Amino acid sequence: MTLTSDSGATERTDLVTLTIDGVQVSVPKDTLVIRAAEQIGVQVPRFCDHPLLAPVGACRQCLVDIPDAGNGRGFPKPQASCTLPVAEGMVVNTQATSEVADKAQQGIMEFLLINHPLDCPVCDKGGECPLQNQAMSNGRGETRFEGYKRTFPKPINLSPQVLLDRERCIVCQRCTRFAEEIPGDPFIALVERGAMQQIGIAEDAPFLSYFAGNVIQICPVGALTSEDYRFRSRPFDLVSTPGVAEHDSCGSAIRVDHRRGKVMRRLAGNDPEVNEEWITDKDRFAFHYATESDRLTYPQVRDRVEDGGDGRLRPASWPEAFAVAARGLQAAGATGVLTGGRITAEDGFAYSKFARVALGTNDIDFRSRPLSAEETAFLAAEVVLRSSVTYADLEQASTVVLAGLEPEDEAGMVFLRLRKATRHGTTGVLAIAPGMTRGLAKLNARLLRTAPGAEAGALESLVEHARHGVDKNSIILVGERLATSPGALAAAVTAAARTGARLAWVPRRAGDRGAVETGCLPNLLPGGRPVADPVARVDVASAWGVDHLPDAPGRDADAIVAALLAGELGGLVIGGVDPDDTADPAATRAAIEAASFVVALELRETDVTRGADVVFPVAPVVDKAGTFVTWEGRPRSFEQVFASPSSLPDLRILAGIAEEMGRPLGFRTVAEARAQMEEIGPWDGDRATLEGLEPATPSQPGQAGGDFALSTWKLLVDNGSMQDGDKAYRATGRAPVARLSQAAYDAHGPTVTLTGDRGSVTIPAEPADLADDVVWVPANSFGNGVLADLASPGSRVTVTKGADQ
Amino acid sequence: MAEESKSLKEQFWDPVAGFGVTFRTMFRKVVTEQYPFEKMPTAPRFHGRHQLNRWPDGLEKCVGCELCAWACPADAIYVEGASNVDLPDGSGRFSPGERYGRVYQINYLRCILCGLCIEACPTRALTMTNEYELADSSRADLIYEKQDLLAPLLPGMEEPPHTMRLGDDEGVYYRGEFAAPAPSAPGTTGQEAAK
Repeated sequence: MTLTSDSGATERTDLVTLTIDGVQVSVPKDTLVIRAAEQIGVQVPRFCDHPLLAPVGACRQCLVDIPDAGNGRGFPKPQASCTLPVAEGMVVNTQATSEVADKAQQGIMEFLLINHPLDCPVCDKGGECPLQNQAMSNGRGETRFEGYKRTFPKPINLSPQVLLDRERCIVCQRCTRFAEEIPGDPFIALVERGAMQQIGIAEDAPFLSYFAGNVIQICPVGALTSEDYRFRSRPFDLVSTPGVAEHDSCGSAIRVDHRRGKVMRRLAGNDPEVNEEWITDKDRFAFHYATESDRLTYPQVRDRVEDGGDGRLRPASWPEAFAVAARGLQAAGATGVLTGGRITAEDGFAYSKFARVALGTNDIDFRSRPLSAEETAFLAAEVVLRSSVTYADLEQASTVVLAGLEPEDEAGMVFLRLRKATRHGTTGVLAIAPGMTRGLAKLNARLLRTAPGAEAGALESLVEHARHGVDKNSIILVGERLATSPGALAAAVTAAARTGARLAWVPRRAGDRGAVETGCLPNLLPGGRPVADPVARVDVASAWGVDHLPDAPGRDADAIVAALLAGELGGLVIGGVDPDDTADPAATRAAIEAASFVVALELRETDVTRGADVVFPVAPVVDKAGTFVTWEGRPRSFEQVFASPSSLPDLRILAGIAEEMGRPLGFRTVAEARAQMEEIGPWDGDRATLEGLEPATPSQPGQAGGDFALSTWKLLVDNGSMQDGDKAYRATGRAPVARLSQAAYDAHGPTVTLTGDRGSVTIPAEPADLADDVVWVPANSFGNGVLADLASPGSRVTVTKGADQ
Repeated sequence: MAEESKSLKEQFWDPVAGFGVTFRTMFRKVVTEQYPFEKMPTAPRFHGRHQLNRWPDGLEKCVGCELCAWACPADAIYVEGASNVDLPDGSGRFSPGERYGRVYQINYLRCILCGLCIEACPTRALTMTNEYELADSSRADLIYEKQDLLAPLLPGMEEPPHTMRLGDDEGVYYRGEFAAPAPSAPGTTGQEAAK
């Protein structure tokens, strides 16, 4: 057994010595024989065995001969090495030295192949198939089987995305064990018996798990395939490049398989410190957005009517676009920068430096979502440069408090780690949420029922109530949604300080944490240097070789929008922002309209680019190198997959504009930006503090608007633009429903109309574990999203019976 | 001098012997081929241009497995597979079974006509004809697409897409359990899998 010391390092105790194939090896107690054999370099063939799943001994392929079980007596028959723990003095003979084991393995292989079709040429697994490989290495060369194989009509859908070819299945149960053990979505199970035993789903319950794609990857035969990749290519024709998932702040390692300039599929990478071997379906299947038909491929410039043009966007060369953008920004006067949360850290650094050096302003914000001044201060005081919590820490913690965070939807790998930790029984999860959800139930979470907006009080109560079990071994995870809950972030900081618990901020987007670190905030310079600190400003200014940096505190995203509307700002540099994600979509659109000059950096054509004066196409993550910083603060660098000369990262575009403005950034490539970031390094001076922050008054703009508090977050699979292009994937999402308490559901029926201060929507409802005055809707699963179509953040809504009832 | 050292045999007999070869050859059959005016048949198993064979009802034998592309030492073959769909009007089916080759390209600028692709093909879809006239005036014209490579339609065949005519499932095709004898296409050398 491994014991874990306080430092987190593992030290081995209780070594057991055994002999495998005549080689003595010492392994920790309770190691399985199959793993001990790996230690001496003997690969025992296996199908059902997976290091992250509990042993089951289903396939029987790993039979070995054990002449001495450690007690002087041998097993009379070969034993499955994947379920057998080692014992002192045990003697194991694998197929390498034992004819008995070899013959047993060949026999099992023959049994498996009796009903396995020999359709390797049309099977997606052919070429990377453990059954194919091990049939070659541990099977007989000739078949003795005569007659017809068992066949099934093929394939059947387990979910819109996951397909099952039942005749290929060897019933190893990796998929069913994964579904039950890892995400806790046991929608698939063995049905029937004997030769007809197969994987099946209940008729009305498809395999709709957010992590379903992983079963395709761990299937040792080609029984499970995805609608997306089925028959698209063969493994021997693919080139694999390691990458980092760009959909959330978890920084999952992925493997991008591509051929001839096109991504064919994405698989989970293996990183035990981050995502282990799993990724969410979003990371796996949502990559078609980069090849959609509305992808921008060339810069565009608007011939303005004032200058005698026709007011339309026209294609332009890169140098011309740089020059027009530089001229326009200089003419526009004061300019704000909105970067969006999808940027790499290098691009974030470029935006940060561009704002300070080229535009001379601190008006920069990466947050394209509801935010607050409290959050701005919180990020500078408690988040930047801090990396006190890691994935491994989640497993060690006694209690993990979730506030404003639904991990299954918003941080899939955090969810899987928490589930692993709670399954082992050492960690408890305490959720500050309006009600129990499926995701929280799978974490076996205790619920601290809290109305939306009242999280501050709940966090304060953590300190007083010992029954919550929050102590110095606890971890408080706060989500980005807490920004809209007045006083909640400050309360979380207080609670952490008073209980000794560690605090971590888990944003949704991959670039959020990197943008904090690189200073895409009005109050932070790169490396966590506070804008308000003159020493920090001088530090950065001297590193950048400029006289001084702007010292006026900048505007956050909401204030930039307001200033553009008020005419205080003229220009706007905007990249990767969807107005419908912002706190006030209408105001953001109006601000883009009102701005005298808008430079948009976008991947695909959007409302923003249609209204911009200069549009630059930017490279998607496959076309550029970069770094995402995970919620832990762990930098995750990746290299580019495709070298596409016309696809430039944001930093190259900003460098081009800055050079035209006569204030160059001093870098043009990702490597040069990285070098400059390393040169500046992290700030070692005083951090910003939360002191002096006036406690936010719970302003309730729509308090009178209705009698239901609105709870909302984005589902993992929703209408996000980076999930476009794969219908089967979208179909695996959860249907948009409003959740109400049973009493409210009974009163308002199966279809409800919600009316808020921005409009009303009619959607199906379902009863849920919520307070009677709370309604939950998914934030971006219908229409243009909640913020555009329904209500402003923190406001209240009315619920009435649906129109068609 | 060298000339003085030549023997009598070298001076007189050797030229006669040499012209003797010429003289003798004048009465032999001429080996020169008047290509391109006269075209000689090749050896029966000559490795010429590839052909994508069909089942007797016209469906394609290729399943898009890419094993030919994998076997190719010159990287001359590019294949993309796709899924057959059984639509009521049969418009989604190009081959028996689930999968067919949607894209099939052979680049004859690269191909060395070694025949490893033929050995790799699991369905005998790819065979070689005896056609050797593989020259053209542009790069693009020498990349043969699927329609350039498919075997001509014989009597009884119909251009896909259409439904499976020879049996209810692909097993009937693969096992050769259909009634209609498979007429062998010209140029192929009896490699039709259908028995």
